[in-house]
Amino acid sequence: MKKKAVLALSDGMVFEGYSFGAEGETIGEVVFNTSMMGYQEILTDPSYRGQIVTMTYPLIGNYGINDEDVESKRPYVEGFIVKEAAEYPSNWRSKMTLNTYLKENNIVGIQGIDTRALTKHIRDFGAQIGIISAQDLDPENLLAKIKKHPGISAFDLVSDVTTKEPYKWAEGVWKLQPNLPSPPFNSPLSKGGDRGVRVVVYDFGVKFNILRNLVEAGFDVTVVPAQTPAEKVLEMNPDGVVLSNGPGDPETVTYAMENTKKLMGKKPIFGICLGHQILGLAMGGRTYKLKFGHHGGNHPVKDIKTGRVEITSQNHNYCVDIKSVNGQAKLTHKNLYDGTEEGMEHVELPIFSVQHHPEAGPGPHDSSYLFKRFTEMMKKG
Amino acid sequence: MPKRTDIKRILLIGSGPIVIGQACEFDYSGTQACKALREEGYEVVLINSNPATIMTDPEIAERTYIEPITAEIIEKIIAKEKPDALLPTMGGQVALNIAVELAEKGILDKYGVELIGAKLKAIKMAEDRNEFKLAMKRIGLVLPESVYINSLDEAKESVDKIGFPAIIRPSFTLGGTGGNVAYNIEEFDEYVEWGLSVSPRHEILIEQSVLGWKEFELEVMRDLKDNVVIICSIENLDPMGIHTGDSITVAPAQTLTDKEYQLMRDASIKIIREIGVDTGGSNIQFAVNPDNGQMVVIEMNPRVSRSSALASKATGFPIAKIAAKLAVGLSLDEIQNDITRITPASFEPTIDYVVVKYPRFAFEKFPQTDPTLTIQMKSVGEAMAIGRNFKEALQKAIRSLEIDKYGLETYGNAIGIDRIKEKLLVPNWERIWYIADAIRMAITIDEIYSLTKIDRWFLYQIKEIVKLEELIKGHGLGVNGHDEGQGARVRGQKGGKLAPCPLPLAPVLLREAKEYGFSDKYIARLINSTEDAVREYRKKNNIISTFKTVDTCGAEFEAHTPYLYSTYERPFYRVMGQESWVKRLKEKNQLAPCPLPLAPIVECESNPTNKKKIMILGGGPNRIGQGIEFDYCCVHAALALKEDGFETIMVNCNPETVSTDYDTSDRLYFEPLTREDVLNIIDIERPDGIIVQFGGQTPLKLALPLEAAGAKIIGTSPDSIDRAEDRERFRELINKLNIRQPESGIARSIPKAVEIAERIGYPVLVRPSYVLGGRAMEIVYNKADLQDYMKRAVAASPEHPILIDKYLEDAIEIDVDAISDGDDVVIGGIMEHIEEAGVHSGDSACSLPPFSLSGELIDELRNQTYLLARELDVIGLMNVQYAIKDNAVYVLEVNPRASRTIPFVSKAIGVPLAKLAAKVMTGKKLKELGFTKEVEVGHVSVKEVVFPFAKFPGVDTILGPEMKSTGEVMGIDTSFAKAFAKAQIATGAFVPPKGRAFLSVKDKDKSAIIYIGRKLLELGYSIEATKGTAKALRDAGLTVDEVNKVKEGRPHIVDHIKNGEIDLVINTVGDKQSQEDSYSIRRTALTQNVPYYTTVAGARALVNGMEAIKKEKIEVIALQDYHKKTEKRALNRKVAVEAGK
Repeated sequence: MKKKAVLALSDGMVFEGYSFGAEGETIGEVVFNTSMMGYQEILTDPSYRGQIVTMTYPLIGNYGINDEDVESKRPYVEGFIVKEAAEYPSNWRSKMTLNTYLKENNIVGIQGIDTRALTKHIRDFGAQIGIISAQDLDPENLLAKIKKHPGISAFDLVSDVTTKEPYKWAEGVWKLQPNLPSPPFNSPLSKGGDRGVRVVVYDFGVKFNILRNLVEAGFDVTVVPAQTPAEKVLEMNPDGVVLSNGPGDPETVTYAMENTKKLMGKKPIFGICLGHQILGLAMGGRTYKLKFGHHGGNHPVKDIKTGRVEITSQNHNYCVDIKSVNGQAKLTHKNLYDGTEEGMEHVELPIFSVQHHPEAGPGPHDSSYLFKRFTEMMKKG
Repeated sequence: MPKRTDIKRILLIGSGPIVIGQACEFDYSGTQACKALREEGYEVVLINSNPATIMTDPEIAERTYIEPITAEIIEKIIAKEKPDALLPTMGGQVALNIAVELAEKGILDKYGVELIGAKLKAIKMAEDRNEFKLAMKRIGLVLPESVYINSLDEAKESVDKIGFPAIIRPSFTLGGTGGNVAYNIEEFDEYVEWGLSVSPRHEILIEQSVLGWKEFELEVMRDLKDNVVIICSIENLDPMGIHTGDSITVAPAQTLTDKEYQLMRDASIKIIREIGVDTGGSNIQFAVNPDNGQMVVIEMNPRVSRSSALASKATGFPIAKIAAKLAVGLSLDEIQNDITRITPASFEPTIDYVVVKYPRFAFEKFPQTDPTLTIQMKSVGEAMAIGRNFKEALQKAIRSLEIDKYGLETYGNAIGIDRIKEKLLVPNWERIWYIADAIRMAITIDEIYSLTKIDRWFLYQIKEIVKLEELIKGHGLGVNGHDEGQGARVRGQKGGKLAPCPLPLAPVLLREAKEYGFSDKYIARLINSTEDAVREYRKKNNIISTFKTVDTCGAEFEAHTPYLYSTYERPFYRVMGQESWVKRLKEKNQLAPCPLPLAPIVECESNPTNKKKIMILGGGPNRIGQGIEFDYCCVHAALALKEDGFETIMVNCNPETVSTDYDTSDRLYFEPLTREDVLNIIDIERPDGIIVQFGGQTPLKLALPLEAAGAKIIGTSPDSIDRAEDRERFRELINKLNIRQPESGIARSIPKAVEIAERIGYPVLVRPSYVLGGRAMEIVYNKADLQDYMKRAVAASPEHPILIDKYLEDAIEIDVDAISDGDDVVIGGIMEHIEEAGVHSGDSACSLPPFSLSGELIDELRNQTYLLARELDVIGLMNVQYAIKDNAVYVLEVNPRASRTIPFVSKAIGVPLAKLAAKVMTGKKLKELGFTKEVEVGHVSVKEVVFPFAKFPGVDTILGPEMKSTGEVMGIDTSFAKAFAKAQIATGAFVPPKGRAFLSVKDKDKSAIIYIGRKLLELGYSIEATKGTAKALRDAGLTVDEVNKVKEGRPHIVDHIKNGEIDLVINTVGDKQSQEDSYSIRRTALTQNVPYYTTVAGARALVNGMEAIKKEKIEVIALQDYHKKTEKRALNRKVAVEAGK
């Protein structure tokens, strides 16, 4: 028998559906993601810390869960909303069902609701705090709980998701190697050898695919915790520094901004997503929150220099106001959907950053050239 | 990048007649391309031989040529119109092939015409397997092993390397004609020979088989700035080994992880760049090994395709329209997305529903052929359905097919497990139902998988449907069919063992069933109830369909185009009071975009308006007998009523068509044309009128049930339609009007049938009463054949009587299309068939105006048409079929609706009849519309048809009362002979000006053949004939060689045809025996691509045509010029008449 579950939003909307995954209760900011594939990457993307994700594509779980398509060590979403979760996945790499995976990782999900109506509601009224519960089906109770939630900007979510210890990374991007056994799950954390150009990655909630792409581009990759002082990084004397993606409001991670300020001018820097926002703040700029954010794999972004359009992977709720950086950086990439800032580069220093995700995972590889651009910058720098 | 200013005129090539593998999708793409190019300020010169297309409407292009699509003709058009560029990617394989020919012959260079969209080099690299293979190697992609060969010997060598099963793919053929899978050397030899014979280059590819792998397609677009986007991914439910056109396909891809999908995406981008398709859409097919994900490239089409039409409808992204704009230099980011209006076309659509395309087959028309599905396409049409899950989309697709299936019906227990397994193993179009039965018989999913190689994901989806069906079974609807059922349950329990009153179907279960796409009709069947009772029960429990939008973006942006589909969703509600809401919105400085309910509601996006609105029901999937002609009429209705200020609502489920372009009508519902689905739309839209007369039989069948449900059918009343369709009522009508009809009778037994036949005299035309489109219709000449037929037919349908009509031998058949507003009746056109009555009107060539009728007879036809239209109180279109024998006119059939010939007549006379009819149906008068007089034309238009015989081994090519053609062409010229010749050329059956003809005719035709023989000799042909025919010719003083019939020993005529000695076959047959004896002649002619004629009438018209085009060169004239001349004629006449007064 299917167990009932309820999703309530802070503005009073209530959707009744069925529980899947863990049968508990969860609270978070409800956002929607328009990717038709890549749910495993989305679930494990640490940037979703604090958020409940609803998938606009109705059938989720079709290809199951495998050992390789992970962006971190575990799922980070606060909750998962789908129209229909596949009970019988089918794919040669599948190891378990989505349902089992969520259960094992204690992620609360709800299915069977009108996810399109929910998406439209978020589109029209903005992302907001919501609660999924299979324990307490009384909407009034749930709303009361939502009221107590201080909102996503109240937390430094980065501290929750960053690594405790520095580590080296050696795994490259996923390749189809039908004749070879799959790499063991923990190999990403094994110590890699020295590979020439050395880069330090600030882990604000880094997606493995950033690390994989850096390895693929020929870097020797070291990952450090988000709070690592700039001085310590400078001591390591890397050839460049990457500021990773991560969850939450950039203004809550003041330590990251301070450290970045100290690194600017000393090392070439490449910022991705939250890393891009932190750079914006470090340049004295400000960020603003989008109504419902960008979450998906189909946004067109224009590279202003070349005029070329790249289809990008997106996952952010905040943007850097390029006017606010006082001429320190100029816009390099623009979102063609809503004209928002997608990338910038410092006018003098070897620093650039993008709001979208050149590492994909999930999503198109159109922007992976940025990793090469970073290499070139370091050669010059 | 701004659009190009160095080109002004663009030549666009259509795809010609509808054939298997090339259907309305190219009218859809071509029409979009024309509109898009003109929108950008370019002039379009169009050539297409198919008059049933929207693209050949005179207002779609500046200059429209309905002429044969040959290099010779196109050169004439180029010389006349001087286009700057040729866009070859919109007209399917036909346009692409002819563009290559024009380029290679130097014609394009000669006249300075630039190929845009795809250059010659790119086309050749994509089309030539060897070049393609090399290109793929350069970019590190893998293709199945393959070798290109030109002879059987070479083939044998290559197969040693490749092994069995081996795929045989002839080059440059459509829809995989001649393609096969050989499992052993014997099959291999046979298939190679056939493949070589059908390839225009005598070339085939022997390919390593990846049978059973998963098949995927990506639709890719590229612009001149080298931006590349993927519009849609499609996963085939059927594995490799079944032509994509014959496969059930699903969008988006369901079983690929993002990692695997991105590999495919990267590969597609590399491919389109390497091949060098400058701009526009391409379709790339991949196969994936289900066991390890290994991916190989199968092929690429550097043009719009059937799949791109499907992808356009599936995503809302109009590929052809955008491709046309890219071809003239615009870039993707410079073009707006019509649906969101604020975002550019440089994006990748994301969808929040599932699309299922289901092919429709016509094997019942070709019982002699093997219905196994293989790599050569055999389906004649397709339906597409949209749902919020796969199960719903699949079940909606099934009922869209109109094959009297409303779900996963069982074949019953009688069919054994062994038979089921065989049906699972050998691909066939009914496999989905056999899978359901296999699940019912508890065959495991793993076993079904190993037999079918259909991905387990799909099999489990089907299993979920079957499981829910089991839960529904045995329930009822409670007392009176709509009680909550408490009483029933109590009584049921009191009864002890078996409940006499079944437990009522729980609303929660019913809702789930509807979410799974179950039709009311099927649910009713499961619970022994009626469709109406289920509907009522459902509504009472608030389980009502809702409508969602196809918006390209998964609801991320607001959609401005009402392109809708139905689904079932759960309600949601709001717990906060209105006051706090308003306060909240004020705080946030927002206005509510939609009312937010306190009570639970299901969100519906249809948002109907209060405008005056007319709903048009389309024709559903293409099939033999109902195709593009009806879609043409529906589109015209939409356009006409839009002009008049109505809101137009289109309902259809055929993804190939112009009618399902969201640009065509104000609102588009992509839905099955069943009573339930249409009523759901009516419930929400409440249209002021519904047009059912334009989409063929499909909507017509819905007329009475819809009217009974309270819908307003406009135009001719359903009762009048019934009067014309019901035989008894029709006979009364004919008697009342005192006109003639062939004698007839209705038989329910064999003796009765014999009695009737003897009363009215043989030969007789027999058919079951319940079929349409000439299904199972036969002409029988004697008692034995009649008894044989009755045994077959009656056995097939015990409750249904057999209709027996006097067959008027050698009668001339006439089609008349007319329009009536209730006061005035105006004839649109009178068409004389070339073939005699008895050949299905849809399979006959015809001429407008008639070429052999006297003025008195034509007047008689007119008068009878007027009488019939008035008596039936026709409002709109009417088609009458007459036969003329011994100067007497007989009415064969009256159809008070749009006919197959409406587009042909409209193009011939320059009057858009369907548009006028739509306006008349909404109350306008013909006088107001300025159409009060039959148009007199100075030119002759000939319609000719094309057949799918080549796709169906084992099928005879003889024409009969059952329709078998898939498409038509039109030839226009100043004389009947020339127009007929053009039409023949346009069908692709090119008869060389000189050569050797083979003649063999039945006794009755022996005198008529002399004229034909003489003409052939005059043309410079030599003749060989079988004994009897040879004697007749010789007796008339003609030189002729005699040749053996097949049964007379070798070498015989089939040997001669096979040796390539024969250029033309004229073969008529009488009874069954002679038909069987000469079958191999016709079949060999067909497979050897030798033109053949199976009626004397056709052969006579042919030789006259050949003579005419020998004397005078073929000229090309634009349709617009013909129409201008016609108008001028009318004006001159008017002036003359007024002067006379």
